[in-house]
Amino acid sequence: MTPIRKERGGTELERGGTELRMHGLHCTLGKRRVLRHLNAEPLQAGQLHAIVGRNGVGKSTLLRCIAGFVPCQAAEMSLGETDLRPLSASARSESLRYLPQSTPGALHLSAYDALRVALHARGRINASQAGPRLEEIVRHLDIAHLKDHYLDELSGGQRQLIWLAQALLHKPDALLLDEPLAALDPHYQHQVMQLLQRLAKEQDLLIMTVLHDLNMALRYADTALVLLDGEVVAQGAPREALRPDILAQAFLIDARIETSSQGIPFLMIDRHHQT
Amino acid sequence: MSLEGDVSGLDKRLVNRSTLALASLGAVVLLMVLDVSSGAAVLSWREILAGLTRATSSPPMGHFIVWELRLPQALMALCAGAALGLAGAEMQTVLDNPLASPFTLGVSSAAAMGAAIALVWGWHVPTLPLRYGVAINAFVMAMLCSMVLDLAARHMRMATHGIVLLGIALVFGFNAIVSLMQLLSDAAALQDLLHWMMGSISSSRWGEVLFLASVFAFTLAWSMTQAWPLTALRFGEERAASFGLDPRRVRRWSLMRVSLLAGTVVALVGVIGFVGLIAPHIARRLWGEDHRWYLPGSALVGALIMVGASVLAKQLSSLVEIPVGIVTTLVGIPFFIVVLTRRSRH
Repeated sequence: MTPIRKERGGTELERGGTELRMHGLHCTLGKRRVLRHLNAEPLQAGQLHAIVGRNGVGKSTLLRCIAGFVPCQAAEMSLGETDLRPLSASARSESLRYLPQSTPGALHLSAYDALRVALHARGRINASQAGPRLEEIVRHLDIAHLKDHYLDELSGGQRQLIWLAQALLHKPDALLLDEPLAALDPHYQHQVMQLLQRLAKEQDLLIMTVLHDLNMALRYADTALVLLDGEVVAQGAPREALRPDILAQAFLIDARIETSSQGIPFLMIDRHHQT
Repeated sequence: MSLEGDVSGLDKRLVNRSTLALASLGAVVLLMVLDVSSGAAVLSWREILAGLTRATSSPPMGHFIVWELRLPQALMALCAGAALGLAGAEMQTVLDNPLASPFTLGVSSAAAMGAAIALVWGWHVPTLPLRYGVAINAFVMAMLCSMVLDLAARHMRMATHGIVLLGIALVFGFNAIVSLMQLLSDAAALQDLLHWMMGSISSSRWGEVLFLASVFAFTLAWSMTQAWPLTALRFGEERAASFGLDPRRVRRWSLMRVSLLAGTVVALVGVIGFVGLIAPHIARRLWGEDHRWYLPGSALVGALIMVGASVLAKQLSSLVEIPVGIVTTLVGIPFFIVVLTRRSRH
């Protein structure tokens, strides 16, 4: 785990960019082969990577494989210089943090205590370091006004910011998010995506997020990985990865990328294929 | 800077929690006083005070009643209630189930079976006196039951109701075996068995009280070191693991503490129902999910319930000693219903 955040700019070596490499990923859940021989180009740090695909292609499973919550076989799976394969989920949490889609029920715990839970869970922070770290993350994510509220008093969007803060407390190298926008209104959706974009660049963080909304991927992500039948069928800048022939193959839709009058790319879906 | 406002918000919460804690502590002390001053023999205040202070001028009878009978009983109720409250609190967290308690999930029944094995068949660790053999058996059986629950939580990925159903099955199973043993035992052993099967503090001795108190103190200290990991488990196993915890390890050690507490209480006092179920719910409503407060708070509430039940038992009949286990169940049921209905209104 890189202890010091390197400044952006400078040579590749100076930046110490951790990249995520995956080759030959297999994952079987029950009787179903969810991921089959999944290969991907290395994912670079400092970028926001969107994982897209239809329901059931293995997007969540991919994240859970990387995080260590689901057993899988891989020819290679490493983050920077660390080979992830022999590590348990809690060992991997040293350098990568996974945010599952399922949210805990209403907890009568203050947001501040929720942050302290995440901070102290591993039991290695001493009191003098804890305070400053918490203050730093609160400032960074601009959640000072939420600190004293109980989690069961906050809205879904506000809670999502707290979960993000929890994940970032130990300064991971990589962040894996499973559908972080699922329960959020449009305002919070954009707030979260902008925040992720900013974090990726400022903290040199490698962020992988599963997204259902292709427009969000188009607008905010640096790269997109399109999954189909447990494999990556396209990977690259969103405008290239989400081109019409890939969309037809992976999403069974006829669609094209248009640009709005404000210069923002969006997906125009003409029709969906009858199956 | 909004930091100052935030700090005062935290302070206010701290004051609220401390106030509640002190109020509960005060209530426990009050009930203890009531407990010591009530009973079959009517003693005046002066006699009780004299009995406590061991003044030489006090009549030996008063001193004996207070010091050798009532005080150990009251303290036993206190410690047993605290132990069960703590055990229930941990169980409800690590098994992620609001209906979990040593009583409802079979841990107490398993301990009872272990103790019965020692009492009726004499199967226990040799060389040690019977009292210790009973306690060790109870603890071992409680541990085995906890391991079954841990396995269920881990491998079968049971939904909430699954674990409760398994627990009910275990309760029935162990109780059935103990009933069988009652049939097969001789009169003397049966007497012993029945006596504490109903949960009774009447035969409490100082040695036993001190033993339970030290087990509780040790376990509480141990629990408090796990306060943050246990709070983390409230976010769900996956999130807890993503914080860097190993949820299975946390659960395993927690269940060991539960077995220690439940096993010791059952061995000394018998099967007590509902305390371990209700105390955590009350504690959660008063102190929230922060386990640094919730765990000791649950112990405090458990002590409150037990001592209260002991006082009530004496009020109900000053002639016949009503086993406190019966009272906790009778008081517990309406309490439980109140808690359930209040929760559903939220």
